[in-house]
Amino acid sequence: MDTIITILFVFLLVCAVAASLAKDSLVCIILFSAYSLVMAVIWILMESPDLAITEAAVGAGVTGILFYATLKRIDQIDMQAGTKEVTATRKLKKS
Amino acid sequence: MWNLIHEHLNDLVAVALFVIGFGDLLFQKNMIKKIIGLNIMDTAVYLLLASQGYIEGRKAPIVVDGVRDAAAYINPIPSGLVLTGIVVSVSVTALLLSLTIRMYRKYHSLDLDYCLMMARHEDKVNG
Amino acid sequence: MKSQKMKKGKPGIRNTVSQNATGILPGKLEGRLQSVYRIVAAVMIVLMFVLLATAMLGMPEIGDKNNPDNNEVARRYIENGLDETGAVNIVSGMILDYRAFDTFGESCVLFVATICVTIMLRIDGRGGAGDDEETESSKKAFGIRESAFAKLDNRNYEPENDTILRKSALIVFPIIMVFGVYVILNGHISPGGGFSGGAILGAGFVLFLSAFGFNKTERFMNANTVRIITLVALLVYCLSKCYSFFTGANHLESGIPLGTPGAILSSGLILVLNICVGMVVACTMYSFYALVRRGRI
Repeated sequence: MDTIITILFVFLLVCAVAASLAKDSLVCIILFSAYSLVMAVIWILMESPDLAITEAAVGAGVTGILFYATLKRIDQIDMQAGTKEVTATRKLKKS
Repeated sequence: MWNLIHEHLNDLVAVALFVIGFGDLLFQKNMIKKIIGLNIMDTAVYLLLASQGYIEGRKAPIVVDGVRDAAAYINPIPSGLVLTGIVVSVSVTALLLSLTIRMYRKYHSLDLDYCLMMARHEDKVNG
Repeated sequence: MKSQKMKKGKPGIRNTVSQNATGILPGKLEGRLQSVYRIVAAVMIVLMFVLLATAMLGMPEIGDKNNPDNNEVARRYIENGLDETGAVNIVSGMILDYRAFDTFGESCVLFVATICVTIMLRIDGRGGAGDDEETESSKKAFGIRESAFAKLDNRNYEPENDTILRKSALIVFPIIMVFGVYVILNGHISPGGGFSGGAILGAGFVLFLSAFGFNKTERFMNANTVRIITLVALLVYCLSKCYSFFTGANHLESGIPLGTPGAILSSGLILVLNICVGMVVACTMYSFYALVRRGRI
């Protein structure tokens, strides 16, 4: 049982580091959902199933979807604002 | 040295995750990644707190066929605390995300320094 | 950039927008300030890790019996948890009976979070603050069509009927809902309870909303029902557990019989409180998504 927990901890750390080093926000969010699913499995092995269900339903489920909805909303705001402001900031990014 | 680490494995992993999340807050420019860093710190603290209640070789605190003596179950109090904590951290994330959306709507950028600079610039301009 | 080719029309700045805060400081000084900041931050992080790690080595060993926090309080909860609360799941019994007032505060946190997100993200096309700010700036600056944001609720940026999502949602949605209700109702018997069951129901509603769009969801989950459900749930919880202000925090019998442990209708008030907390959490999760998606529940 100990080896499983150590493997899961290693995977947890890998997910956390990958989520911070990822370039694209979407990749970051998907890695964070994976992170909280691994966390849910760890709760089961730590003999607290209440936390496992909550973490799974909340971590990957609702938080992941909220992050994704924010990205969609940011794209909508971009589309709405039309081209002028968007290209201005993109030029800044390119320099 | 090796079994010292093994004894405190949960706490060390929790500390490592906390520091990774904190590093995220400091180094990331994109606001969404800062919020993900904050969530990682949240989970790290919950891991630390709930692993204090864990007792080797005991079962989850659900009374099965009337066994009531305390030596058969793990300590229920930390997992009770963490349960409410997880749901509260969702509300915090939702608040932060709505602030990010409002920030993006005004300054069209997810970069916190850029927006602060624009805000200072605006204050200077209209006095 | 790879991600920008995927989308049709104007790509959004989604990934890292990392323009440095130019303008105030001359370029070179700005660069050096950035690097000083990074070095100091890196040093601080390493220092924090070393400090915390050494502190952790002093902590009691994980999993040993005579850990200081396995004291008489935990023994008290486990030993007469079942008799006093009637809940087989001691964690639920603890949360919703011994510490019910504390969990009530936590449900209020969720309610206040919904209010704050509503204030910030509200776009209802009837001249609300968010609405004016956008439509004015977009109309004035680019002459974009009238109040583009008022029409946010239809799916103008997503594929109209995404058959894969609809078909799978048709199959998965009822299963999620039944499982969510099961987790709420069996909160005091099996692991789960108000919070996890509510989160599952919330995720189910979010799935239904993203699969079938707002018009179909509005038939059941429109703004009024969400408000009514949350208010009724919080009121029931408040009326049943707020007496501890007046009785000096000692317990009033709720009069509902504890029943046989293990049966669904056992453990007196915990079942009612589980349902209330589940409703509050489900409505909160749904309204978070609906607000972020279109600024209106």
